[in-house]
Amino acid sequence: MCLGVPGKLVKITGVKGIVSFGGAKMEVDLSLVEKPRVGEYVIVHAGFAIERIDRANARETIRLLREVF
Amino acid sequence: MISLSLDNLTKGYRNKELASKLAKLIEKEASNASYRFMHVCGTHEDTITKHGLRALLPNSIDVVAGPGCPVCVTHPRRIELALKLLEGRKNVILTTFGDMYRVPSSYGRSFSHAKARGFNVKVVYSISDAIRIARSISNKEVVHFAVGFETTAPSTASSLLQNPPKNFSIISAHLAVPPALDYLLASGEVAVQGLILPGHVSAIIGWRAYEFLVDRYKIPQVVAGFEPLDVLVALKMLLRQVKEGDIKVENEYYRVAKPDGNLKAKKLMDEVFALEDAKWRGLGNIPKSGLRLKPEFEQFDATMKFDIKAPEIDRDTEPGCRCGDVIKGLVKPEECQLFGRTCTPYDPRGSCMVSVEGTCAIAYKYRRSRL
Repeated sequence: MCLGVPGKLVKITGVKGIVSFGGAKMEVDLSLVEKPRVGEYVIVHAGFAIERIDRANARETIRLLREVF
Repeated sequence: MISLSLDNLTKGYRNKELASKLAKLIEKEASNASYRFMHVCGTHEDTITKHGLRALLPNSIDVVAGPGCPVCVTHPRRIELALKLLEGRKNVILTTFGDMYRVPSSYGRSFSHAKARGFNVKVVYSISDAIRIARSISNKEVVHFAVGFETTAPSTASSLLQNPPKNFSIISAHLAVPPALDYLLASGEVAVQGLILPGHVSAIIGWRAYEFLVDRYKIPQVVAGFEPLDVLVALKMLLRQVKEGDIKVENEYYRVAKPDGNLKAKKLMDEVFALEDAKWRGLGNIPKSGLRLKPEFEQFDATMKFDIKAPEIDRDTEPGCRCGDVIKGLVKPEECQLFGRTCTPYDPRGSCMVSVEGTCAIAYKYRRSRL
């Protein structure tokens, strides 16, 4: 139910946007995200972007995982 | 520098080699005692079972599923209410998320049964789709069964604030997670040494929303993402907290979940909903855990619009169904007499056997061979 899928925001039209999931595109409501920008990654749940993915933190986690373990 | 692509956002956290190394570290750290941790998210249960993490972990670590599947804990009175509303009025279209569609009430009745009997039920992916239906069929009343935790409630709130048409209303079955954790821990029934907190609920409410549980119960907690490495790292963090007595809320999913969550989403939710006591299927009445519409939004409240009350019912599970105990992590699905026999995803008896996030449905899908 709380499944959220990461996707890339490729277009914004008002409160709606188009998110690409590795090529498959879908219209998504962006009203829950503060100042969304094209090119950002977001978590999409039930047709709504619920939060942006922090790129720097995502990179950092992957780097740490590789370094520490 | 590691490039960040969509691929990396999933595969980066699914590395087998790293998973094995992590599992070995966990095994070493958990060699002198037994540990029991609970997660409260159907997507975590799916990650753990699908990727075979329990087999990877040492026997000294038990990870149990708590009440993390919203459709599983939606009280059957709500289902019966929606059915009563639908079956009494020819001009109503009931919209529902797919995983709610086949969930039986405690009398074995579901939205899919109503559909089979000729009533108008439509499965939607998003509340936006329900509103689109209402706009395109203006001579019908569209009632959306709004279910879900804090991950989903903001989308309902935002939709109601975007001027939906007059022929649209909702039955709110939204529930809040922290009060349920409080209730479970206070009951003393659930003996766990730590909680893996749901990443997407936490993305909305923030990880600070659980800090009161540290004060009350001294329980270690880690917010985790949904890839296998996320869960393994969270387990390692919980182990460290238990062993060092350094108990707090930590955040493994910091690429998405922030300390105070999504402020905009929380504001919209607060604008539209107020907390009230709510019944959870299999758990009981939990104070201040249900999201009801505030009076200024009552034109969208289907119970007010159609002047209808939820029918009284005398049980919240079908006889023999142990979904309540499964939800509390007291028994494994396989310990229920109905599991895999009279209760299967094809013909579910209990709510945990329906959704792809239901603990019993997941066990049936991935572990059936062990029966």
